Amino acid sequence: MAPIIVFGPLIASAFAGLFGNHVGHRAAQIVTTFFVLLSFVLSVIVFFDVTYGGNAQTIHLATWMSVGTFDVSWAIKLDSLSAVMLVVVTSVSSLVHIYSWGYMEHDPHRARFFSYLSLFTFAMLSLVTADNFLQLFFGWEGVGLASYLLIGFWYKKKSANDAAIKAFVTNRVGDFGFALGIMAIFYVFGSVSFDDVFAGVSEHRDTVLAFAGMELNAIELIAFLLFIGAMGKSAQFFLHVWLPDAMEGPTPVSALIHAATMVTAGVFLVCRAFPIFENAEAASAFVTVIGATTALFAATVGVAQNDIKRVVAYSTCSQLGYMFFAAGLGLYGAAMFHLFTHAFFKALLFLGSGAVIHGVHDEQDMRKMGGLYKMMPMTWLMMLIGTVALTGVGFSFGMLGLLPWDLGFAGFFSKDAIIEGAFMAGREGVFFGIPAFWIGCVAALLTSFYSWRLIFMTFHGKFRGPKDVYEHAHDPKFAMAMPLVVLAIGAIFAGGVFKKDFIGENAGHFWHDAVPAASHGPAVAGDNGYAADHGEAADSHAVVDDHAADVGHDAPPAQPAADTHADDTHAVIDDHAEAGEGDHGGGHHPPTWVLLSPFIATLIGFLMAIWFYLINEGMGARIAARGGPLHSFLYNKWYVDEIYHFVFVRGAKALGDLFWKIGDVKLIDGLGPNGVAGTTLAAARRLAKGQSGFLYHYAFVMLIGVLGFTLWIMIGQGGL
Amino acid sequence: MMDVGLGHYLAVAGVLFTIGVFGIFVNRKNVIILLMSVELILLSVNINLVAFSAFLGDLAGQVFALFVLTVAAAEAAVGLAILVVYFRNRGDISVEGVNLMKG
Repeated sequence: MAPIIVFGPLIASAFAGLFGNHVGHRAAQIVTTFFVLLSFVLSVIVFFDVTYGGNAQTIHLATWMSVGTFDVSWAIKLDSLSAVMLVVVTSVSSLVHIYSWGYMEHDPHRARFFSYLSLFTFAMLSLVTADNFLQLFFGWEGVGLASYLLIGFWYKKKSANDAAIKAFVTNRVGDFGFALGIMAIFYVFGSVSFDDVFAGVSEHRDTVLAFAGMELNAIELIAFLLFIGAMGKSAQFFLHVWLPDAMEGPTPVSALIHAATMVTAGVFLVCRAFPIFENAEAASAFVTVIGATTALFAATVGVAQNDIKRVVAYSTCSQLGYMFFAAGLGLYGAAMFHLFTHAFFKALLFLGSGAVIHGVHDEQDMRKMGGLYKMMPMTWLMMLIGTVALTGVGFSFGMLGLLPWDLGFAGFFSKDAIIEGAFMAGREGVFFGIPAFWIGCVAALLTSFYSWRLIFMTFHGKFRGPKDVYEHAHDPKFAMAMPLVVLAIGAIFAGGVFKKDFIGENAGHFWHDAVPAASHGPAVAGDNGYAADHGEAADSHAVVDDHAADVGHDAPPAQPAADTHADDTHAVIDDHAEAGEGDHGGGHHPPTWVLLSPFIATLIGFLMAIWFYLINEGMGARIAARGGPLHSFLYNKWYVDEIYHFVFVRGAKALGDLFWKIGDVKLIDGLGPNGVAGTTLAAARRLAKGQSGFLYHYAFVMLIGVLGFTLWIMIGQGGL
Repeated sequence: MMDVGLGHYLAVAGVLFTIGVFGIFVNRKNVIILLMSVELILLSVNINLVAFSAFLGDLAGQVFALFVLTVAAAEAAVGLAILVVYFRNRGDISVEGVNLMKG
């Protein structure tokens, strides 16, 4: 069953790509969509089997390569972490396939498009089901390739080609770090398999590696290098520049790859490699700082963008920042939870934006929209749901004891969990926890502001484009509308339904040992051992939490794989969770004002958006027209692109010019081919001057020659 | 009266040869002078041959001189023929103009 999940899309992709021209677009669409849907159905079965049934397993398919001690297998690892990712990837992918039936209706290269989509799905699935770093890297590069192909799908458009290359090159920078990280892992641990590496982390805590002329802690270095890879793929600050430009691709691609799945691969990597990050305090702190910076940076930039897709893209960037700082603070469950919910509402927002763009004749500039809710009420409703889910509308009734449960949309649960978790971690002394909390609140405010700005500029007020466009604006047809509705359901309920499994009381039972259920940040969690027999007995799920026992480096013997014991283990975890309340002073629940602050931030952002874009319609445009320094700073994305252009593009060009004009032209050509040819030619010219064509010159030379010859013979014979 | 020996003949031949050679490359005016210079050179060689023939008492040298005369006559005929054609084509026989062989 599991191989079908992963390889079905590959077969479909090969079919659509190789035979698309022969069997026609419709057949290619049907086959790819069918296989992805099949993957989805099977993934859901696997999901329930693995998470609630506890049947985590690793299916060994083949030995990929075996060179000396370097032994890599091709496997499908099914644990709670990969099961969650499977569901996210296949569900969004299926919906995007269906959506593309409508969206790409008139494109002459539909078969190729669907082939790429399925290829991406395969690569992403092989990434999340990897049981070693090399297979993960394969999937990592595969999704990068698919992303490149899909961004540049409209290859005749120069901007699309440029964006595709930019994405690829920027990802290379991250992948370079990732590849170095994998090499360092093999160097230190002698294996790249997850089980071997994670089991060996505790004994290598003090290993020192020489890297770039410095002596560094091996675990810290590995974590840092892996995170560089994650930064590239997940568009974190410094390597984020490709994501907004990637919006040049078709909108379904933006939804699938650049919102819901591929960009979350970095978060997945950090969560997957949590035993490494837990033992790397400095690297985790770096993750936190970069994540928080990105969350804030992207949110501020999103405020000033006018392209509807770019706003959503920066929003994605910002939300990824949330996930990373959560992971950096040790809140892996919360990070995965946000990844899970974010996939639904961000895909919804993207596909909704696609519907808007489709409805107004491929116009993406929000300044030329407005008042569309009358013409496309269904899209308006869907976008509204996406927005309230993204901004995290909801209220902690349960936490405050007002009602027996919390009420809210998906983003409310996951984002608030991150913000509150950041506060708790900060209070426990985890580096950058409290600043991350405040940044999270400010970013939530900005998120709310730009999201509502998008809604108001697009759907409310007066239409600012050509009149006939407005009159022809329409809601999408069924193929495009259906995925929106499904995603909207996810955006509404995914948070509330799964909260107790991902981060709540049921987390230990849900995650087993895929990610630590009760997180206390890397500083404290560093003592957590990793089940030693994790690899051999895949169905043994003893979550080793020696936090209270303080056993130290020695991983305690894992529980035998028996159901009765497993239940005991979970009971122990729950005890710890409750016992932990006393330990950390202030209890498990954060103070009320912390619970309320994301809500208040969201509310302020909402009111600001109403003030700027609904009550004083056109005020935003006037601020933009005035072009103050703050606006141009944000509008130009903190000038990061310009700085990169100046440093890297111009620098590379100058270096290239140096090599070209001096190294190649002057030195190599000058001394090499051109030099030899030039010297020969000049010598020939000089010689040719002697050839005057006058007979007497020749005769004279001949005479001189004869004289010389005679003299030589005479002297030689000693005759003189 | 001084006794005329081999040395004198050779000296005359040497002078003629030198005049002939200089006639070839100092002359800038006329192609006919070139032909005449060539005749002079051949003549000087003939004098050498005959002088050595008499000196050594070997007739072979004189026979050879006759051959040279024949060749010289033929060469003069061919040379003049070329000259005539050349004049017809160029309308001029000055040596300055004969530089078509320039590289």
